[in-house]
Amino acid sequence: MHLLSVDDLSPADIDTLFRLSDGFLEVASRPIKKVPTLRGRTQINMFFEASTRTLTSFELAGKRLSADVVNIKASGSSVSKGESLKDTILTLESYRPDIIVMRHHQVGACRMAARYTTARVVNAGDGAGEHPTQCLLDLYSLRRTYGRLEGLKVAIVGDVLRSRVARSNVFGFRKMGIDVRLVGPPTLIPPGIEHWGVPVYHDLEALDEVDVVYVLRMQLERAKGKVPPVPSLREYSRLWGLSPRRLRPDQRVMHPGPINRGVEITGDLADSDRSLILHQVESGLAVRMAILYHVLAPHPQAA
Amino acid sequence: MLSGGATGAEGGEKVLLDGGRLRRTLTRIAHEIAEQSPELGDLALVGIQRRGVELAARLADLLAEHYGIRPPTGAIDITFYRDDIDTRVPGSAYDQPVVHSTSVPFAVEGRTIVLVDDVLFTGRTIRAAIDALFDYGRPSAVRLAVLVDRGHRELPIRPDFVGKNVPTSRSERISVRLVELDGVDEVVLERRAPAE
Repeated sequence: MHLLSVDDLSPADIDTLFRLSDGFLEVASRPIKKVPTLRGRTQINMFFEASTRTLTSFELAGKRLSADVVNIKASGSSVSKGESLKDTILTLESYRPDIIVMRHHQVGACRMAARYTTARVVNAGDGAGEHPTQCLLDLYSLRRTYGRLEGLKVAIVGDVLRSRVARSNVFGFRKMGIDVRLVGPPTLIPPGIEHWGVPVYHDLEALDEVDVVYVLRMQLERAKGKVPPVPSLREYSRLWGLSPRRLRPDQRVMHPGPINRGVEITGDLADSDRSLILHQVESGLAVRMAILYHVLAPHPQAA
Repeated sequence: MLSGGATGAEGGEKVLLDGGRLRRTLTRIAHEIAEQSPELGDLALVGIQRRGVELAARLADLLAEHYGIRPPTGAIDITFYRDDIDTRVPGSAYDQPVVHSTSVPFAVEGRTIVLVDDVLFTGRTIRAAIDALFDYGRPSAVRLAVLVDRGHRELPIRPDFVGKNVPTSRSERISVRLVELDGVDEVVLERRAPAE
């Protein structure tokens, strides 16, 4: 199977992934953090868009499973010479990869790639589309922290407009029984939000009832050449930035990273014991190992 | 009706070890382990999930009872060491792997490790378990203790301590049931009814 969207997974699939992840967390605690599960398999990480942590996490996940991992970045590859995505995929297909992990700036690029390869495709973020592995690692981090998902209340706060994390997380969180709400200024909420089926608030008071505040990154790089949806970062930070005094002591905060310190979240909150940010990164490695394992394992529906 | 009668005769179970004999067998294995270990203090028992873990704990208790030293015990799950990730048949027992915990809470380095499993069959599980064990360090020796050796080896692996040798056909199944997991202590041979 491919992993293109959170929709590809049932709640039972997600439970299976998390049981596998528990095993891989244990592997990460050993002196030798490597198992031979994917020995001899080829994993190609194709990153057409800048990313450090997702690429590192997938590279390390593949290596800890003993796969042969190759990274291709847009800059310096034939993509910068004008090769089409289809030709790039067909070329790589000659190497008979088992897994292609792909990040692309266009929505649906991974779905298209899946048509031209026999490898299993894992979507590592497609433009403003989806980021299913981020959603899964966030769910796993929550499950490790609270011991359950059903009934948790989470507010997703900030730049929903340009966030694929928000999209994947809203749908994935609800699938697992989490009560989700979106919070942010009207200019950062995308049109058509009513179809997402979650309540939207334009006031930080909406954070009062939740267990977890999920802060989105202000996507400065995506505003280039366009009218910015906020007048200034300083104003945004003053009105919407999360600081310790805006949360109750028992509320926890999450962030997909990389954080803009002092913009959407203050440094002292990000570094506090209420922050799950580094816990998310640790969970991400185990979850991505589980995903690589899961997409290669046989599935009844594929038989 | 005819096939119903046939299942009763050709299916069914035969008890190979009852509770009392299972306990005596484990006691004998514990004595053999002690006899062949010059230094009991260097010994550790590592069970292979699932039932090997319970058997390792019982052997450790028996060693404590008879020799006054309870060797440390650990557990190994070999799911990630299997060599058949995409050759598994959907719907089979390995289709949706259940990963049990692995825990080796002592230094493997320099110890004599006794791997403990319930049934020795093809030897592939043991191969995987040895690989897994070496990810924790370099033991000075690895030995193998099994409750039942049913033959049909596919690898050059032999046990050092055997509870019972049972010649079987491939279509038969050996079930080890333990009080901790199954509510009863027994080893049974199950004959599968021929496929219709």
